Amino acid sequence: MTASLKALGFRLAPQLIALLVVLLLNFSFFPQFLDVIVQNGRLYGSVIDVLNRGAPVALLAIGMTLVIATKGIDLSVGAVIAICGAVAASSIVEGNSLAYTLALTVVVGLLCGFWNGFLVAVLNIQPIIATLVLMVAGRGIAQLITEGAIMTFNDDGLIFLGSGSFAFLPMPVVIWLIVALMVILLVRRTALGMLIEAVGINRRASTLSGVQTPVLLMAVYMLSGLCASIAGVIVAADIKGADANNAGLWLELDAILAVVVGGNSLLGGRFSIVGSLVGAMIIQAVNTGILLSGFPPEFNLIIKAIIIIVILVIQSPAMQSLTSFLSRRTDAKGRK
Amino acid sequence: MVHNFENILAASAISKFFPGAVALDKVDFTLRRGEVHALLGENGAGKSTLIKCITGAYRRDGGSLTLEGHEIDPADTLAAQKLGIGTVYQEVNLLSNLSVAENLFLGRQPTRFGMIDARTMNRNARELLAGYGLDIDVTAQLDRFSVAVQQIVAIARAVDLSGKVLILDEPTASLDTHEVEMLFRIINDLKKRGLGIVFITHFLEQVYAVSDRITVLRNGRLVGTHEAAELSRQNLIAMMLGRELAQTEHAAKERTIAAGEVKYAFEGFGKRGKVKPFDLEVRVGEVVGIAGLLGSGRTETAELMFGIESADSGVARIDGTPVTLSSPRAAIARGFGFCPEDRKTDGIIGDLSIRENIALALQARRGWARPLSRAEQNAIADEYIKALDIRTTDREKPIRLLSGGNQQKAILARWLATNPDFLILDEPTRGIDVGAHAEIIKLIEQLCARGMSLIVISSELEELVAYSSRVIVLRDREHIAELTGERITAAGIVDAIAAGDKRTEDA
Repeated sequence: MTASLKALGFRLAPQLIALLVVLLLNFSFFPQFLDVIVQNGRLYGSVIDVLNRGAPVALLAIGMTLVIATKGIDLSVGAVIAICGAVAASSIVEGNSLAYTLALTVVVGLLCGFWNGFLVAVLNIQPIIATLVLMVAGRGIAQLITEGAIMTFNDDGLIFLGSGSFAFLPMPVVIWLIVALMVILLVRRTALGMLIEAVGINRRASTLSGVQTPVLLMAVYMLSGLCASIAGVIVAADIKGADANNAGLWLELDAILAVVVGGNSLLGGRFSIVGSLVGAMIIQAVNTGILLSGFPPEFNLIIKAIIIIVILVIQSPAMQSLTSFLSRRTDAKGRK
Repeated sequence: MVHNFENILAASAISKFFPGAVALDKVDFTLRRGEVHALLGENGAGKSTLIKCITGAYRRDGGSLTLEGHEIDPADTLAAQKLGIGTVYQEVNLLSNLSVAENLFLGRQPTRFGMIDARTMNRNARELLAGYGLDIDVTAQLDRFSVAVQQIVAIARAVDLSGKVLILDEPTASLDTHEVEMLFRIINDLKKRGLGIVFITHFLEQVYAVSDRITVLRNGRLVGTHEAAELSRQNLIAMMLGRELAQTEHAAKERTIAAGEVKYAFEGFGKRGKVKPFDLEVRVGEVVGIAGLLGSGRTETAELMFGIESADSGVARIDGTPVTLSSPRAAIARGFGFCPEDRKTDGIIGDLSIRENIALALQARRGWARPLSRAEQNAIADEYIKALDIRTTDREKPIRLLSGGNQQKAILARWLATNPDFLILDEPTRGIDVGAHAEIIKLIEQLCARGMSLIVISSELEELVAYSSRVIVLRDREHIAELTGERITAAGIVDAIAAGDKRTEDA
């Protein structure tokens, strides 16, 4: 177990270093950044804030990692957040119990994933187009549910999921950690992970070897929908309301970025959920850092883009072949 | 080489290397003015590599190219086009959403005052096509017309642009008989105009119908160039398949007639457009060989039996009970296995390790919820790496890093791990080195002795003769003959392929 942990650390070294650098940068601009205090039985501090604010993207990145591993992409997750937030809010407003509301929301998320999976796996539509359909339509559906207004609620149980805490950690952090752990166990303790990788690398050869490719594709899109629905509940609970226009807006792009920054290839195949989670935290640390540093807001997006492009350049194949070329040259020199 | 002046195009000692493979090994090729020259060879023989070296799509690694006596070195297909070498591919590469005239003059439209002069363009297009006996509405969108007409438009464009050498890469693959005749009339006209025409096809009838000379390539080497009139069909097939007929007689060794009973029976099994309905019985512990030229329906037969394509006629029986083979998964559940011809696209999962590649089919059959533990996977992988002598430093190496022969063995291992009863091997020895080649043949014989039923598709006739207890011969997507016992010889197979008649006479 320690050996495999060590292997994981080695594989994720670039991502972990990037996270560390971003955290240190934040620390240098804002010395209180790493301070953590306990108050009212809960941890507070900027680092905890990164973990907490990063919850929606982290949740999306879990599902997105598996979708991308099958050589697909899921653009609809931001819209699914809006739909599920709206479903949760309207259900609780109608006076349904929390358990019923959560179950309903999760089922809606799974249905969204089923729709995407059906288009991709059965109708063989390219994933980017197939999921674009729900990305566009999803906000419309969410607006229909909330009837165009921001639907607010006061249910303590639901609000707890956004701002409560458990074992010193904010609830969103607890939720994404649990979901991540369950999904990682699901794909790595069964053969799912290997079969997903096989389909992503060579779908035809996998089918010829007897892998149930359509079922598998369907399953990963449904899992992505499930993750998005949980993220939708957290986002809604956080603002105590469902905003069909803005909930989860552009988060699908952050999720894709998290997966890529986490060292996963958009061409599918080998994947690391932990890598994507580190990627999600890098993105959130950048966001929080910019916010804290007090730059004028108009700089935020540009600074974020610069930091991300640096991370991506360092990870790029061109850079890797350059470094291996240089290290080979020094090797050769050393031998002389 | 003496009458250099009459050669419009001369390629000498062309070589092309790909990482780890010699695609062309000092191939000579000459094309005379006013000649149709057929370029033949099985898959991977180097035909398309040679064409690509001539048209500049690939840079050659050795040899020289002269056009009308001048050395040329086209940097890309555009340069070759300007020099006078035009190419028409199997899939028409024109723009189907533009008009016929626009396609003909794309990139060189006649202009007036800087605007496209549509009227002149359409008139020129009509005149150009009239030269090909084609009277169609040139303003209509190209995809309104049949593939044959599109093919002719492509030829007209290529000839108009280039006009010295025309390369036709399988132009007849999707044409019917009537359209082929139309195309051949045009080829003959162009020949009279003095063009040199290179014609690539898999249909031998067509080769004899239009060609003046025939060049055969095999494994990247030149086998020979002959006048078409002087080359018999038998000799041509023998050149393509690469076996000296005289030598193979000894291989018809005494063979034990497979004693097992019929286990797998395919009756009237077929699919329109793929393979005509065929009957095939396979006994326990028997190797049935399938022979035929490329495109004769060999792979299609295998794909039908393995459920990759579903049959639209006939029934498959195992031990007399009808079974449906609707998908590879269904076939695998019946104990089938299939090693595909194209290892790269259909076989290996390149980035996964050798261990995972070997475990894949077994894991897929068990389902995702019952994973093979790492220890079990390691044991299976190690067992087959040892048993099949897969040369690798490490079972965790990505399979794409292995040589072709070792990849093939790993895919065989993937199936053997599922303990199949019925194994279909499509070209198991293609593109692998001599040592691995012999090992795979030995393995086929061992599996057969263990009581497995095998179907082996191969272009290597000597190989088929060595291990098959029966050989099915295919031609034009039809099972035309079944050779048994003493009739299984390389010469017998060649005769069966060559025979125009449906029935084969005893050799």
